[in-house]
Amino acid sequence: MEINILEQITIPIIKILFIAHLLIIGVMAMIWSERRVSGWMQDRLGPNRVGPQGLLQPIADGIKFLFKEDLIPNHVDKPLYVLAPAMLLVPAMITIAVVPFGGNITIAGLDDPISLQIADINVGILYILAIASLGVYGVVIGAWASNNKYSLLGGLRSSAQMISYELTLGLAIIGVLMLSESLSLRTIAEEQGSNMWEWNFLIHFPAFLAFTTAMFAETNRLPFDLAEAEQELVAGYHTEYSSMKFAIFFMAEYMNMIVGSAVVVTLFLGGWHFFGLENTGGEGSILAGLVSFAIFFIKTGIFLFIFIWVRWTLPRFRYDQLMNFGWKFLLPVALTSIVVTGTLWVVTNGNRLLIGIGNVVAAFIVVAIVAGMLALDNNSKSSTQAIPDTAPLRGLDAVE
Amino acid sequence: MTAEMILFFIFGAVSLIGAISVISFRHPIYSALSLIVTFFAQAGLFVLLGAHFVAAVQVIVYAGAIMVLFLFVIMLLNLGTLSAQGALTGKLKGVAVVLGILLAAQGIFIAVNAFTDTEVGSADAMEKATALANNPIETSDIGELLFTEYLLPFEVTSLILLAALIGVIVLVKRDNQTES
Repeated sequence: MEINILEQITIPIIKILFIAHLLIIGVMAMIWSERRVSGWMQDRLGPNRVGPQGLLQPIADGIKFLFKEDLIPNHVDKPLYVLAPAMLLVPAMITIAVVPFGGNITIAGLDDPISLQIADINVGILYILAIASLGVYGVVIGAWASNNKYSLLGGLRSSAQMISYELTLGLAIIGVLMLSESLSLRTIAEEQGSNMWEWNFLIHFPAFLAFTTAMFAETNRLPFDLAEAEQELVAGYHTEYSSMKFAIFFMAEYMNMIVGSAVVVTLFLGGWHFFGLENTGGEGSILAGLVSFAIFFIKTGIFLFIFIWVRWTLPRFRYDQLMNFGWKFLLPVALTSIVVTGTLWVVTNGNRLLIGIGNVVAAFIVVAIVAGMLALDNNSKSSTQAIPDTAPLRGLDAVE
Repeated sequence: MTAEMILFFIFGAVSLIGAISVISFRHPIYSALSLIVTFFAQAGLFVLLGAHFVAAVQVIVYAGAIMVLFLFVIMLLNLGTLSAQGALTGKLKGVAVVLGILLAAQGIFIAVNAFTDTEVGSADAMEKATALANNPIETSDIGELLFTEYLLPFEVTSLILLAALIGVIVLVKRDNQTES
């Protein structure tokens, strides 16, 4: 087999280096914008002293983390304690490998067009689910190795939450996969076409909402950040971590957010398409490649803004609310979307408008049924039980 | 030596080392983590065979879901380190010896067969393997087989899993009722 060094080795390496660095710069930009946007939402300034508009603040933070003493407490399980941050960071980073961030570009002198994606593997979406499911180990191992009760509680909460919401994450995309007839992210993005009304988030609206919510839970962001609920657990699974090890946990969280947003954009929001703008300067030209990349970048950025927005809009769930919400609402909605999409696809011969309407109606019915059942359940409970569920400090009642 | 060969040896070595670590570590958490490494290396071997779907499912189901539950239980029970002879005593020792002999016999049988069988390693078989690796099995092929040729086993497996699920719920519910 003949190996073309330029096409098979140099260009992939350039792509990998570019994306890896973009991800790290993206994390820095996210940290800056999270603090500034939070400040803006709370009507205060936020950090604005280091560099113009405080843009160099993340670098200052990074330098501070690097120069802090790398403390390893005596009571920890040392090998796992050191390994845990890497076990969280690596899955967060390598998921981006299969996300397409632009169309194909043709460069004169090369045989094949260059696809703006590190690897277009035919089971792309399964790869993402597989790697995402490994992220939980970093949290669990870090929590356990810290040998601290707060850490362990945070880790257990987090793993239970991630396992529960992973199901929704996987089931919500099956409708999308059925209509695209492919597991490759590039094919899914291409199938959606240029126009907004053809994108998957309209056809699979309930699944889109379920997937996004599950994504918030998977990234441990508010309103699902029970793993590090400050009032209850100090800082959760990374209580014992300091200096750069803590920074790596921090970076992994933001990387998960960025990759998660990129996946949502690819699956549901049309990827790099935007009303034909992605073909500026002719399909396959370098300009078109740059424009399509910019479109993808902006879409991901808007989604990341929503992450911050939600953080300052919704309060944190209680643990039982979290589990009820995941298992009794999101999971049925995701399952319904599979059945409805599949049935309507056969009955209406693939009419996307009808599938979209059917999905929304079915989701409403399912949510209504579940809510009704829960209400009935609560009524029967409160009539038979002596102590109502809402009584504060039930344990004390029992003692008295 | 082709790139595939090198990768095969890397993945093979990692999965062997992982498997040996599972039984060598005294601490159950380290054992569980070694098992994850083994599963991961096996997924790599599946990719080399062109079975991308199986590789992804291997990681999702075994490394991602089942082992998390294992870790969960180990942590909650806080098993601690096993002592040198500790776990295998009495009747268990006899069972372990019998199972070990059976496993060794299987291994020897496979090894002998692999070296004496003329088809394994022959040019014909190599050609088949290369063809398979160059044309990975599409996920749609697996789906089609599952819903046509292997429909009955597939449905039976689903029913067994459903039965297990219901069984677990029944057991948990009964516990709750006796408490209250």
